[in-house]
Amino acid sequence: MTRRNRRAATPESSAFPTRPYDLIKEVTIAMVLVAALTAGLAALFSSPDERPVTLGSWSRTASADFTATAVSELDGTSTTAQYGPPYNHTPGAGQKIGPLGLQRLAGVRIPIDTADDFVIQPLRQAPEPPAVTDALAAWSAAPANQQQAWASAYSDALGKAPNGDPAQVAPGGYGPVPVLTSRLLQLAQSGALDGELLTEGGQFYQTDYTRPLLFLGDGTYFANLAQAQHLAGDQWGMMNETGNYPGQAWLWLYTFWYQIEPFKSSGNADALVWALMALLSVALVLVPFIPGIRSIPRWTRVHRLIWRDYYRTQQPPR
Amino acid sequence: MSSAAPAPEHGWTGWLRRRVVAALPPEKLLPDSQPAYMSSWVYLFGVATVSSLAVVLVSGGLLALKGPAWWHVSAVGKYVNSLHLWSVELFMFVLVLHLWAKFFMAAWRGRRVLTWMTGAVAFLTSIGTAFSGYLVQQNFDSQWIADQAKDGMNAVGIGAFWNVLDFGQMLTWHIVLFPAVICLLSAWHVLLVRLRGIVPPIDAPAPDTHLIPPGQEERA
Amino acid sequence: MVGSGYEFTRTLAAPIDLDGTGRYVHWGVVQISVANLVVIALMVLVFVLAVLLPFPRGRKRR
Repeated sequence: MTRRNRRAATPESSAFPTRPYDLIKEVTIAMVLVAALTAGLAALFSSPDERPVTLGSWSRTASADFTATAVSELDGTSTTAQYGPPYNHTPGAGQKIGPLGLQRLAGVRIPIDTADDFVIQPLRQAPEPPAVTDALAAWSAAPANQQQAWASAYSDALGKAPNGDPAQVAPGGYGPVPVLTSRLLQLAQSGALDGELLTEGGQFYQTDYTRPLLFLGDGTYFANLAQAQHLAGDQWGMMNETGNYPGQAWLWLYTFWYQIEPFKSSGNADALVWALMALLSVALVLVPFIPGIRSIPRWTRVHRLIWRDYYRTQQPPR
Repeated sequence: MSSAAPAPEHGWTGWLRRRVVAALPPEKLLPDSQPAYMSSWVYLFGVATVSSLAVVLVSGGLLALKGPAWWHVSAVGKYVNSLHLWSVELFMFVLVLHLWAKFFMAAWRGRRVLTWMTGAVAFLTSIGTAFSGYLVQQNFDSQWIADQAKDGMNAVGIGAFWNVLDFGQMLTWHIVLFPAVICLLSAWHVLLVRLRGIVPPIDAPAPDTHLIPPGQEERA
Repeated sequence: MVGSGYEFTRTLAAPIDLDGTGRYVHWGVVQISVANLVVIALMVLVFVLAVLLPFPRGRKRR
């Protein structure tokens, strides 16, 4: 008999000697033990619940960052403004896997106009002091390139002002932009903006946090908090948790790719890592069919240990 | 018109019952004996996975009783949330050990490929379910995870339809759709294990092979 | 005193407080939290023990 033939057929398990076993007893004991262990771990360690950031807390703690972000929403230089699909049409935006641009293919399905959605509309929804009414009228009446010029000039000036403080910006041709952003800061600090960004379509009930989260993500305050908690993408952040809690350790491979080239410096990192992980996931499902991989168990001989009782009784026939 | 009761073997129901009972007779579905070669602690990772899944589902169900915001403002709620977190950590812990054990046993041998595949897909679905759970925590962690994950989802076009920034959508996926898929896959997986039996050791000959003259094993 | 929910839950101290600043191990390209490292080390340990520890021999039947 060749070794190959012997491998070909795995005998039915019912053909082997048996011993008594109580399935339900085993399941019950396991259930009790796991439940007790869970109850113990929960009592001992509790669970993390780091307070969320609000537009209110952000604007009160880091008003300069909030204002700079608001200006970038107006002049169209924020991450969200230049994101491309699914939020807006930005020429050239959208990640690709080689020639395959799935991001563009999916289209703009969650349309966001950062200037209008994050700044102008919230200002219009709130009570308008006369200066703000005038500023809004001036903004709306101006052509797009004028709006852009005002906002860009103000963005540059903020960058040069000490601590990015709007009060210390040198005078210049910023049009209505300083009035608009300072009023937005007021609204944000009062907590009103958090609600406004949720209810822009006139809803009362709302569970979609796309707008406030995108706005928050465009600033540096939010990312710095995450960085301090080791949650950033280049810190293996995907598998980490706030504080000293274990996180999604099972995402180790997914987050690993972001730490090495060519992914680390690629503009298409997200798409490439996704594609790679999709491929590896399919490979996991298809392990029994993959030559080499499916033979690892035989080579590693861990099975000789697991079934050592069985193999000990199986002396080679003489 | 016949006054006799319809024969039990008739109709779609009878056909289904015949098939089910033939495939999984009661002594196979709920066995009181097992092959003697099942002599290792690694066999307990499977039952530990099923058990911790049950604890995950129950603790999640308790959280659902009072809704997603409860655990932020209630001591009892916080404890129930902790139960849910640690049961998930335990579930993934034993699930991965079960996966390692079955890999090193090449447990897909002998018409058990579908058992491996349903298990692997259930593992991947569990990762997705846990991820959607992290997204609906309503705290800083979930804000940041959503902000980061959107780029991954958007980059391959999924984000246009499955919006991780939409708490409502993620909540319904987390508490209805994902758990339903995991339960179905787990049930299928466990039934396949019962149907095919526990995989014999690698290279194990059929028990009476050594009594058969050399050269005739194929027929054995 | 009426506090927000987050302040309320903070008063519930678990015997072992994991809420402090996270501790991390850096090793070349690898950065891993001590908590995750402990979990992974436990997984390897439990697996090795499960493979190596003798399983109580049951009575044979048949």
